[in-house]
Amino acid sequence: MREVIIIGSGPAGYTAGIYAARAGLKPLLIASSVEAGGELMKTTEVENYPGFPNGLQGPELMDAFRAQAERFGTEVLLDDVVEVDLKNQTKIVKTGNGKTFESKTVILATGAAYRELGLPREKELSGYGISWCATCDGFFFREKVIAVVGGGDSAMEEATFLTRFASKVYLIHRRDSFKASKIMQERALANPKIEVVWNTEVIELLGEGKLSGVTLRNTVDGTTKNLDLDGLFIAIGNDPRVWLVEDQVELTSEKFIKVDGRSSKTSLPGVFAAGDVIDPTYRQAITAAGSGCVAALDAEHYLTDLE
Amino acid sequence: MSAKHVTTSSFQADVLSSAKPVLVDFWAEWCGPCRMVSPILDEISSEYGEKLTIVKVNVDEEPTLAQQYGITSIPALHVFQNGQVVKQIVGAKPKPSLLADLNEFIN
Repeated sequence: MREVIIIGSGPAGYTAGIYAARAGLKPLLIASSVEAGGELMKTTEVENYPGFPNGLQGPELMDAFRAQAERFGTEVLLDDVVEVDLKNQTKIVKTGNGKTFESKTVILATGAAYRELGLPREKELSGYGISWCATCDGFFFREKVIAVVGGGDSAMEEATFLTRFASKVYLIHRRDSFKASKIMQERALANPKIEVVWNTEVIELLGEGKLSGVTLRNTVDGTTKNLDLDGLFIAIGNDPRVWLVEDQVELTSEKFIKVDGRSSKTSLPGVFAAGDVIDPTYRQAITAAGSGCVAALDAEHYLTDLE
Repeated sequence: MSAKHVTTSSFQADVLSSAKPVLVDFWAEWCGPCRMVSPILDEISSEYGEKLTIVKVNVDEEPTLAQQYGITSIPALHVFQNGQVVKQIVGAKPKPSLLADLNEFIN
C-alpha cells in the first residue's frame, strides 16, 4: 500500500512529488509513457518562471523539476493510468502496462489537453498539414505558407516561432483583439512575416490526404473565402483532462475538477487535485506548481489524521 | 536492441528491399515526443524483431527522405512492405496502442 500516488508530470505533479517526498511519503508519480513532463515539453523559451532571469527551455525546466522530485525519493513511472477507483479508503490505480497499485491518497494532476476546432476530418488530417505543436512540426514548413488559429499566449508564441521556418504566417482569430499578454502580442504584431486575420474563423478544412487550405468565415459580416495553406497550427486553448475521474469526483460546470476553496480537496476523501485540471483562470507553470505544493501538504495532513 | 539508423544511401537496401516488414521511425533530436517513443520502439524491436525490423531516419540529416515520404509531423512511423508504405502512424503513442496498431505485422 502506497501513501501517495500522483497522476501527472507537469509542474503540479512534480511539485507535489517534491513536497510529498520531502515529507517522507515516498510518492509514486505516474508520469505517462509518451507525454511525461506535460505541456511545457512542447514549448520553447520559458521567460516567466521565477528564479530563471535569463529564461530557459520548457523541456529543460521539466527535466529540472523531475530531477528535484527524484532527488528526495519520488519514484517516477513512465506509464499511463487507464483506470482508477477512488471511492473507497484504499484507492486503486491501474496502468496501461497492466500494473495495479493501491494507495491511501491520490493527487490528480492530469492537466489539460489541446482543444480541437471540431471540424470534419480534423483528426484524419492531423499530421498531414494540421498540427498542435509548432516546436515539433515547424521544421517541416520551411518556406511554406501556414496559419495559426487562436488569440492567446500559445497562439502568439507558435506564430512567432513558426516565422523561423515559414515564408508567411497568417494568425487567424475570431475576435477583433487578442487575449494574449501584451508582450507576446507585441512580438507577434511586430513580426513582418505574420499577418493577422481578425474576426475570422475556420469553418472547413480543404485537401485530400493532405491539407491544402481552409475556408474562412468573417464573424462580422458572414462572408466566406478560401485560403491556400501548407499547414495549419491550432492553438485555441485546452480542456481539463478529466475522463479518468469524471464519474467519481465532482466537477465544476466548466468540467474542471471541483476543489474545496483554496485547498486541493476534491469531493472524495483522500483524493486531491492540482494544476490545470482545477484551474479555469490562471493556467501558468508557476500557479500549477504552487497548486501541486498545496495538494502534497493537504495529502500529508489527511494521512496524519488517518493515523 | 537499439534501432539501426538508415540514410538516403542505405534506404533501398535496409527498407525498400527488405524481405521483412520494416517500421521506419522518422525523428529528430529536438522532438520531445520522439525521445519518449524511442525506448518503446526499442522494446518492441527486442520483442518482435523477428517479424518486424525497426529502423530510424533522422529528419535533420535526411531531409530528402522526410520530404519524399511527405512527413509534416514527427514522430512519424511508417511501415514498409515490399517497398511500399502500408501503414502510417503519426505522433507518440503508448506501447499498448502501438502494439494494437502494429498487430497485423507482429502476430
